[in-house]
Amino acid sequence: MPLSWYLIFAAALFSIGLYGVLSRRNAVAILMGIELMLNAVNINLVAFWRYSDLASIAGQAFAVVVFAVAAAEVAVGLALVIAVYRRRETVAADEINLMKW
Amino acid sequence: MTGLEFVFVLIAALTLFSAVMVVTTPNMVRAALWLILALFGVAGTFVLLNAAFLAVVQVVVYIGAIAVLMIFAIMLTRKVMKDSGPQTNSTWGLAALIAAALFGGLTFALTRSPAATLMAPDFSTVSDPVAELGRALVSPQAYVIPFEVASVLLLAAMIGAIYVAWKK
Amino acid sequence: MLTNWLYVGLFIIVALVLPAVTIIVPRFIAPKKPNRIKVDVYECGIETVGEAWVQFKVQYYIFALVFLVFDIETVFLYPWAVAFDKLPLFAVMEGVLFIALLLAGLVYLWRKGVLEWA
Repeated sequence: MPLSWYLIFAAALFSIGLYGVLSRRNAVAILMGIELMLNAVNINLVAFWRYSDLASIAGQAFAVVVFAVAAAEVAVGLALVIAVYRRRETVAADEINLMKW
Repeated sequence: MTGLEFVFVLIAALTLFSAVMVVTTPNMVRAALWLILALFGVAGTFVLLNAAFLAVVQVVVYIGAIAVLMIFAIMLTRKVMKDSGPQTNSTWGLAALIAAALFGGLTFALTRSPAATLMAPDFSTVSDPVAELGRALVSPQAYVIPFEVASVLLLAAMIGAIYVAWKK
Repeated sequence: MLTNWLYVGLFIIVALVLPAVTIIVPRFIAPKKPNRIKVDVYECGIETVGEAWVQFKVQYYIFALVFLVFDIETVFLYPWAVAFDKLPLFAVMEGVLFIALLLAGLVYLWRKGVLEWA
């Protein structure tokens, strides 16, 4: 099957994740949307590795780094959510607006 | 349509449906369970792309650790947002518009690009992608800097997250 | 290559069908005589207190977090280990440095007393 199938699938997954990030109030749900977007990126990286030069492993190496970044992001993000919840008794992103202009 | 294409469409439909449920379900625990299904679908896509190592990593890391971390965080914070009341903010319509426009634009650009009709090269010539990846990750000509930076990043993330979340 | 994964797919289908059958079949053939004690939530024979949707302790999150970090470590070290016998010495030392950096994090947790279940 042509490369565009994977790319359009990844684009759809990215758009759904973007909608989740922009529309959800719960801060944990926003992080879930970010996870979906990172997964879409990984699909693209691996698809480009598979459909271009198989000898160069760049796509897979980048995908592994994306895994590490996703793990670090989710660990710190959820720790912040828990810390905010402890102080402010809320996890709604639109109520955490102390630093907002 | 070949068998492989049929399997791809099946996996893609399952993944996208689960992803839509993740961003629309009001109950956060259910959203996390749908997220697990979506991540599993992505693992299936990696299998179709002959990236067996990444498929296993996807299951072990995303489903085995990240999704569990999400569920724990939901359990820790769900006293206030009792899944009642609005789960979406006031600008969700605009968000849907932006997401739809992004998908439309990307699809428009992708179907017109010369790379869209590219077919996959024969995979049987590749010896061992995992060993290849291992060599590339520690070779100074390739990715040794990202490799070491990743360990520093994980160290910083671990210490930072514990410092923020820990309370005796 | 991909045909080997057919067995995994077959396994997933069996794993989905088997519990589905064991849940659906009793619904048709089992006799139904419910009473209040029979349909009550079962919790080791003790009467249940409150609901199941409760809050967890923060320690669960901390342990999952530490597990996540060392889970990611295996992702990097597995390809390194597969290529191990063809690697020069300095490449091996890079892997050792990777492990040492994360061990420093573990030592930090240990000294902070995070690993004790209080």
